[in-house]
Amino acid sequence: MGVVSLKPDYEQHIEIRDRLENFHGNQIVYLHWEEHLSFCAAICFPLPPDMPFGAMVENVLKPHYAAHPDFEKVDWAAVKWTVDNTEITPDMETSLADNGVGHKSLIRFWTPGLHGYKSVGTC
Amino acid sequence: MAAKKLGLKQRYALMTRGLDWETTYQPMDEVFPFDKFEGIKITDWSKWEDPFRLTMDNYWKFQAEKERKLYAVLDSFAQNNGQMGVSDAKYVNAIKLFLTGVSPLEYQAHRGFAHAGRHLRGVGPRVAAQMQSLDELRHVQTQVHTISQYNKYFDGFAEFRHMHDRVWYLSVPKSFFDDARSAGPFEYMVAIGFAFEYVLTNLLFVPFMSGAAYNGDMATVTFGFSAQSDESRHMTLGIEVIKFLLEQHPDNLPIVQKWVDKWFWRGHRVLGLVAMMMDYMLPKKVMSWKEAWEIYFTEAGGALFQDLERYGLRVPKYADVATAEAEHMSHQNWSIFYQYTHAAGFHTWLPSDEEMDWLSEKYPNTFDKYYRPRYEMWREMEKDGKRFYNNALPQLCTTCQIPMGYTEPGDPTTIAFRSSEYKGDRYHFCSDGCKDIFDNEPEKFSQSWLPVHQIFQGNCGGATVPDVLAWYNMNVGADNMDQAGSPDQKIWDAWKTKQEKVAG
Repeated sequence: MGVVSLKPDYEQHIEIRDRLENFHGNQIVYLHWEEHLSFCAAICFPLPPDMPFGAMVENVLKPHYAAHPDFEKVDWAAVKWTVDNTEITPDMETSLADNGVGHKSLIRFWTPGLHGYKSVGTC
Repeated sequence: MAAKKLGLKQRYALMTRGLDWETTYQPMDEVFPFDKFEGIKITDWSKWEDPFRLTMDNYWKFQAEKERKLYAVLDSFAQNNGQMGVSDAKYVNAIKLFLTGVSPLEYQAHRGFAHAGRHLRGVGPRVAAQMQSLDELRHVQTQVHTISQYNKYFDGFAEFRHMHDRVWYLSVPKSFFDDARSAGPFEYMVAIGFAFEYVLTNLLFVPFMSGAAYNGDMATVTFGFSAQSDESRHMTLGIEVIKFLLEQHPDNLPIVQKWVDKWFWRGHRVLGLVAMMMDYMLPKKVMSWKEAWEIYFTEAGGALFQDLERYGLRVPKYADVATAEAEHMSHQNWSIFYQYTHAAGFHTWLPSDEEMDWLSEKYPNTFDKYYRPRYEMWREMEKDGKRFYNNALPQLCTTCQIPMGYTEPGDPTTIAFRSSEYKGDRYHFCSDGCKDIFDNEPEKFSQSWLPVHQIFQGNCGGATVPDVLAWYNMNVGADNMDQAGSPDQKIWDAWKTKQEKVAG
């Protein structure tokens, strides 16, 4: 494994561009609403690690998904969450970091009973 | 007595062989420092065969003749207002994608082959790489000249070079070539010469050139014809590279196989832009992406890899996944551009009823079930004055740099998420193919310049969308957004009204 390079110390000279310290105190967080693929991919935000999970939901997640016709029907108490493929029951009062959300973590959420337009799962 | 004229073979031998020498002031390994570190073993460079036997003097003569003809056609295209004869104003967006996404790759290929030509110590491949390098430089020039006629009337062309280096989705083709050019010369030759020019080129070139022919774009078709003889030479070079490497030493096989696997998947991802162009952007369709994939990869590629079996080379890893994705890729890509139309350098639109019926017919397994409802939902939203935009930035795949919009093999309702860890950081991928490529060279791909993350780091002109679009040199309201209501559409409608008046 590993890159085959002209110089043996290639690894000493690399510049990892997405290191946490390059984001001015924020960390990168990805959000994804399952079965609502009219949002083509997970969406990406630079957020402070000490932002409460609940504040992220109210101020980041909701405004960006509000355009979807299903949005108004979401029962937020019933939403299922995973962080980096681990199921969690988020504590809305504590920080992203306390809820296990790190730099470049992926938060996926399912809204029971809602499968997008015509329940196709791709809209 | 007058000297006898030399035969073709003799002439080729005299003009292309024996030009090299063993250096004495400096050791050969110092003069050619790049052609051993990749682990490729060459025992006899003279075994390199060039079936074309083209010599430099003939090259110039032949190319000059072709270009005289091409420029005569381009002049007449301009004088006759050829841009007014295309099938529909929407067609022009396909060549915007070509000029911003593909033409700069011709230039990158020119640089790459010049580098390979300098650094391979055998004279045969050096001569071949030099000629291909010149071809690629001519191609970028002639493409720019061909398409320049459209730039006089339509938006989205003027900043193609600047945009190629900066715009988020153009980092997909750009990083593909950056990857190849920063590899060693043998990997470059396998990546571009074999995987791209030989295995996949028909899926790039034929759709654009037939698309041009079907849609009345005589300028671009003529460019295509002019480049055809070069392309067949490039394909021959690509297959020769593989045969030469595999015949030289058995230790080369696993290295070459790994490159073929990597570059097949990289190429497949880049070609997603072509898939979308064929299925959605051509007003008069040539064939579907799925049909093109069947003809040019499944059938032609299948025969090729059968032929290469005698060297122990097998079909690229994940070829079956790529084939299954042919049912989905164009729809998923067009959806990405529709919702990010505000940040695209060409116009978008929803497919008409007639186009949706064509898509149903071409994609009976997937279109009506998974994608038609999406377009119908968006159409309803448009009607209600709520045209759907995605106002956040998408998660990108670290390897191919495309928004992570591709779904799990066998499950079109679930996005495929893959990830790896390297030096304590997480990296995300759209597929097993892209994850494998990262895992094999994490030192290289952990350096990816991902446009979305760069925006958040403050390296792309500012924090807001208008700041970033200004940094792209995007003429907001003209280059981007929907076709309907664009200045492109207005000028087209004005031409058509005038023509009808004259005719009526």
